[in-house]
Amino acid sequence: MTTATLLALLAIGVWTTAFVSWCRRRPWGEAGRRFFRHPSATGGLVVLVFLATVALCAPLVTPYAPYQQILTLQDQPPTWLHPLGTDFIGRDVWSRLAYGGRISLGVGTLGMLVAVTLGGLVGAAAGYFRGWIDALLMRCVDVGLSIPRIFLVLGAIALWGKLGVAALILLLGLTGWFATSRIVRSEVMSVRERPYTDAVRALGARPWWIIVRHVLPNSAAALIVSAALGIGNMMLLEAGLSFLGAGIQPPHPSWGNMIADGRDQLPTAPWTTLFPGLAIALAVMALNTTGDALRDALDPKTGGK
Amino acid sequence: MRAWLLRRVAAGIAIIFAAVSLTFVAIHLAPGEPFLPPDERPMDPAVVARLRRNYGLDRPLPVQYLRYVTQLAHGELGESFSQRRPVAQAIAAAVPNTLLLTITALAIDFTLGIAIGLYQAARARRRSDAALANVTLFFYSLPTFWLALVLQLVFGLWLGWFPTGGSTDPVLHDSLPLFGRVVDRLYHLALPALTLGLVGAGGTARFQRAALLEALGHEYVRTARAKGLAESAVLIRHAWRDALLPVISLAGVALPFLLTGAVLIETVFSWPGLGKLAADAISARDYPLVLGTTLLATCAVVTGSFIADVLTAAADPRVRLTA
Repeated sequence: MTTATLLALLAIGVWTTAFVSWCRRRPWGEAGRRFFRHPSATGGLVVLVFLATVALCAPLVTPYAPYQQILTLQDQPPTWLHPLGTDFIGRDVWSRLAYGGRISLGVGTLGMLVAVTLGGLVGAAAGYFRGWIDALLMRCVDVGLSIPRIFLVLGAIALWGKLGVAALILLLGLTGWFATSRIVRSEVMSVRERPYTDAVRALGARPWWIIVRHVLPNSAAALIVSAALGIGNMMLLEAGLSFLGAGIQPPHPSWGNMIADGRDQLPTAPWTTLFPGLAIALAVMALNTTGDALRDALDPKTGGK
Repeated sequence: MRAWLLRRVAAGIAIIFAAVSLTFVAIHLAPGEPFLPPDERPMDPAVVARLRRNYGLDRPLPVQYLRYVTQLAHGELGESFSQRRPVAQAIAAAVPNTLLLTITALAIDFTLGIAIGLYQAARARRRSDAALANVTLFFYSLPTFWLALVLQLVFGLWLGWFPTGGSTDPVLHDSLPLFGRVVDRLYHLALPALTLGLVGAGGTARFQRAALLEALGHEYVRTARAKGLAESAVLIRHAWRDALLPVISLAGVALPFLLTGAVLIETVFSWPGLGKLAADAISARDYPLVLGTTLLATCAVVTGSFIADVLTAAADPRVRLTA
């Protein structure tokens, strides 16, 4: 840890505090008030903003490159110079953690984005058109939901070989939309019966225009909440896959494969395993509390409890 | 009721059939071959060709598919490539281990989860509730395999209380008396079951707390309080009954979760169960074994949701099972 790193971290801390308190002061309206009334919403948001900024500004806050090996310092316990220690080939754990955050947070977020887009469109189509389209799509969802996801993903990876980051994101997204589509479908089915939808239809709008411009925005709350709560699951899945050696491939750091790297040194260098796991737990906890708070904010039925 | 049952069973079979067909097509279309050992151990092409012919892999895909389905209809799962024994045997050897692990973990999950949820709801919005809420959220957000490693480190390596892998002692188990063998099993079961149970309990507790708080808001709770019942009676006999319904449906979902969560845990603890079998089968490109384990896992999901529906209907007179 150098003075520059410390200053950079301090700056990120200040930015996080400033950003979150700006969010709190901003008049987001009733929803914003309900969001911050959730006891852990502020904490969750602070952690998320902090982790995301550290990951984005990784070069500024890390004194070493994530692949740089200091061969004389293998499995070194945390010191002032290496605040989280070094791993089995002498790489700085803190630096890898910061860079790994880019991949872990990024894969989770982008994977969820793919899943939400797909789930939203399928759910909207099924809920809006009903009839045989609905029956067909929902039977597909039934099948998708009944094969345990880790089997699906592991199978795809083992059979098609190791995937790059983009392919992994796509795979996680393509296997993660089933539950979302069910939620969106039921939401769309109720929105479709509202008078304003009838009005747009009477004005001669085409079905997809109605879905994209009118139905989806009005069922967005369910979509946003399921996305926020789903990113955590995505991250856990990516970590599990990388841990099994099927996800992000070394030497690229991801929190999951860092745990796998540290596993063999567990008795002698537990810090190489402990810190990435804590990072995952912290990020997923923050995502879950933010998701809960978002649900309270956007869904008046469960809000205010 | 009967119509519902028929419909449900038919739908379940259709889903399982579709899932198996999908897996069949996917694994056969994927690049890569079984019987092609890693680079270090080259194999005579003639031998590979003979193996492929023996297992019928040289036939066109539709023919193979028809053969597999016919086989399946006769209750045959085929022969495992990598284990050189029938798939049914390999699965039969793994199932008891997974069930032992899963049932113990479920017991820990629900006892602990429901107890914590009850306690939290009774002390809602006090300091102990908030503290426990953070603890349960933490466990709920943990990567299971990481918790497994931490427990291995603390209880296996540092304290030396429990073994860190396997389901029995590799050397002594068979020479132990019956009682000793049971103890040996439980001793090896402790850490993997605790890992799965703790992570599950985090979710169950959160769920139970929310369900109870909702139940406590109902009018009949106010009535019960107005009758002068003790708070514990109101909580347990009135509110909890109502709040147990969503937890029952959670149990149906927990069955497949524990099965899949067990893939990672079984790998970490080298527990010879279904999850490890599936993971190994996938990496060995053992087509019949992959199909067999997927079939079983899909059956578990379908059965789990079926059981949850039946239990909910049995526990809640408002729910009618109609087609």
